[in-house]
Amino acid sequence: MAVTAQPRLDAERIRADFPIFELEIHGKPLAYLDSANSSQKPRPVLDALRTFYETSYANVHRAVYELGLRSDAAYDGARQKARAFINAETTAEVVFTRNATEGLNLIAYGWGLDNLGPGDLVLVTELEHHSNFVPWQYIAHRTGAAFAAIPIDENGELRLEALDELESRGRVKLVACGYVSNSLGTVNPLERLAAWAHERDAVLVVDAAQAAPHRPVDVQALECDFLAFTGHKMCGPTGIGVVWGRRELLERMSPFELGGEMIRKVTVERTTWNELPHKFEAGTPPIAQAVGLGAAIDYLTGVGLEAIERHEAELTSYAWGRLSEVPGLTLYGPSPERRAGIVSFNLEGIHPHDVAQVVDSEGVAVRAGHHCNQPLMTSLGLSATTRASFYLYSLPEEIDRLVDGLHRARKLFS
Amino acid sequence: MSELDSLYREVILDHYKNPRGHGVIDGPDAEAEGQNPLCGDEVSIAVSFEGDTIADVKFQGRGCAISQAATSMLMDMVKGRRAEEVASMSREELLDEVGIPLTPVRLKCALLGLGVLKLALHKGRGTPLPEEWAGLEELELS
Repeated sequence: MAVTAQPRLDAERIRADFPIFELEIHGKPLAYLDSANSSQKPRPVLDALRTFYETSYANVHRAVYELGLRSDAAYDGARQKARAFINAETTAEVVFTRNATEGLNLIAYGWGLDNLGPGDLVLVTELEHHSNFVPWQYIAHRTGAAFAAIPIDENGELRLEALDELESRGRVKLVACGYVSNSLGTVNPLERLAAWAHERDAVLVVDAAQAAPHRPVDVQALECDFLAFTGHKMCGPTGIGVVWGRRELLERMSPFELGGEMIRKVTVERTTWNELPHKFEAGTPPIAQAVGLGAAIDYLTGVGLEAIERHEAELTSYAWGRLSEVPGLTLYGPSPERRAGIVSFNLEGIHPHDVAQVVDSEGVAVRAGHHCNQPLMTSLGLSATTRASFYLYSLPEEIDRLVDGLHRARKLFS
Repeated sequence: MSELDSLYREVILDHYKNPRGHGVIDGPDAEAEGQNPLCGDEVSIAVSFEGDTIADVKFQGRGCAISQAATSMLMDMVKGRRAEEVASMSREELLDEVGIPLTPVRLKCALLGLGVLKLALHKGRGTPLPEEWAGLEELELS
C-alpha cells in the first residue's frame, strides 16, 4: 500500500510572516488564541494591499485608461483565486460581499423573499452563528414560513434523528447550516444534510466562515446550493467576503442591493439586471480588499489547507489534554478528533469575562461571551463561555500560557 | 499593585462572592431586567416603595465579577433613598464607589445594574427612562 506523506507546517517559521507577533502585550509576547473571531495578517497580504494602491488603483469596470484596466485585472484575478479556492465551476457564481454576514443576508433576501411562504419550513441549527440564524428567522417571519432549529445532543453534535419530527411542521424549502461551529468546533455532517435536503427539493445554505480558513472547501463535493465565507478570518483584510451560489439559482434570484454596476439598462419605465456575478455587486466594490483576499488565498494555499487542518488538529488535541488538567474546568462540545481548532470552556465560579481579563494580563488573547450563539448557549444552559481558537501560526506554548493564566484566575478568585 | 490586582481588588471580589441585596421581593412594586448583549451579563432588579422612598431593593443575575459586584454595591447605595433622586443618579456616583479602572467594555458591565434599576423606577414611578435604554427596539417575532 502506498503511503502518502502527511503535509506538515512549521508554525514558528509561519509566525515570522506576521508582524503582529513582534508585539508585546502587558510586557509579554502576544499569545493570540482568538483566530475564530478574526485572524492576524501576514506580510504578503499587507504588501499586496500597499502595492495595489501604489501601482494599480482606480475604480473597476468603467475606466478606459490603463490604470483602470490594471485595477480590473487585479479585481477579476482575485475572483479567479476565490473560485479556485472553493472549486466553483465558474466566476459567475462567485460574488464578492462585505463579509459572510452580508453573503447570508444576500441569500436570505434574494432567494428567501421570493421562494418562501405560508406552509413552508426553514430549518437552521442550534449551533448557528447569529449571522446564519437571525436572517432566516426574520425572512421566515416576513414570508409566513415556519422556522425551526435542529437540536444538538450532549456532545454538541446535531441530532439528525430530530429531522423527522421537524419535517412535520411544513414543506422543507431551505436548510441553513454552518460547516464548523464557531463556539464548539463541531464539524457538521453536511453531506447527509445535503442529501436529506435535496430529497425534499430544498436548498442547503452553508456558512463556511469557520471552515474556509482552516480546511479544504469544495462546493461541488459538498453538494450544497449556497456557501458564504469571509476574508478577515483567513488572513485577508476586513470588508471582503464571498458568497457562492449555483448558477441556475443565482440567475433566477432577485438582486439584493440596487444601484450602479448591477444594472444592464436603466430607463424611467424599467431596469434590467447585469449578468452574474455583477447583478449582486451594486456600487463600487471593496477592490483593494478583494486583492488582499486573493493574496491571502495564495498564502494559505502555499502553506496548504491540509497541513493547516492537521496542525490545528494537533493543537486541539494538546489543548484538550492541558485544559482537562485544570481543576473546576468544564469543556464543551465533541471530543478533539471530532472538532476543528476551537475549544470552549468554563472555570467553575469565574465568569468568562473575568477569565479573559486575567489571562489578558499575561498577554493571552481569548474570547469571552456568547460568541453570537445565544440559542446554543440557551441549549447548553449557559450565558457565556471562554473560547480559545487556533490557526496556522498558533503554538503549543501559547496553550501552556493560557493554562498558566487559568491557574492564576483560580487563585485570584479562590 | 498590578493592573489586575487593582481591577479585582478585595472589595470587588467580596461583593461578587457575597452579594448584598441579592434575592427576590414578594409582590414588588416594580421590576426590570436587562442584558449586556456583548457578553451575556444578566441582571434583574425588584423594588418596593414606601411613599417616595425605595423601601427595599433586590437583584438577581449572572455575569462577570464586575457586573455583579457593581450591582451589589448599588443595592447598598440606593436603599432608603428617594426614587426620584436615584433615577437621576449619575454614573460617576456608582463608578466612584466601584473605584477601579475600567476599559470601555468593562464599563458596560459595571453600569448594567444602574441601567436596570433606572428602568424599574421608570416602570414603577414614571421617572425619565435612562438614555441607554431609550429607543431600544427588540426584534419581536410572534
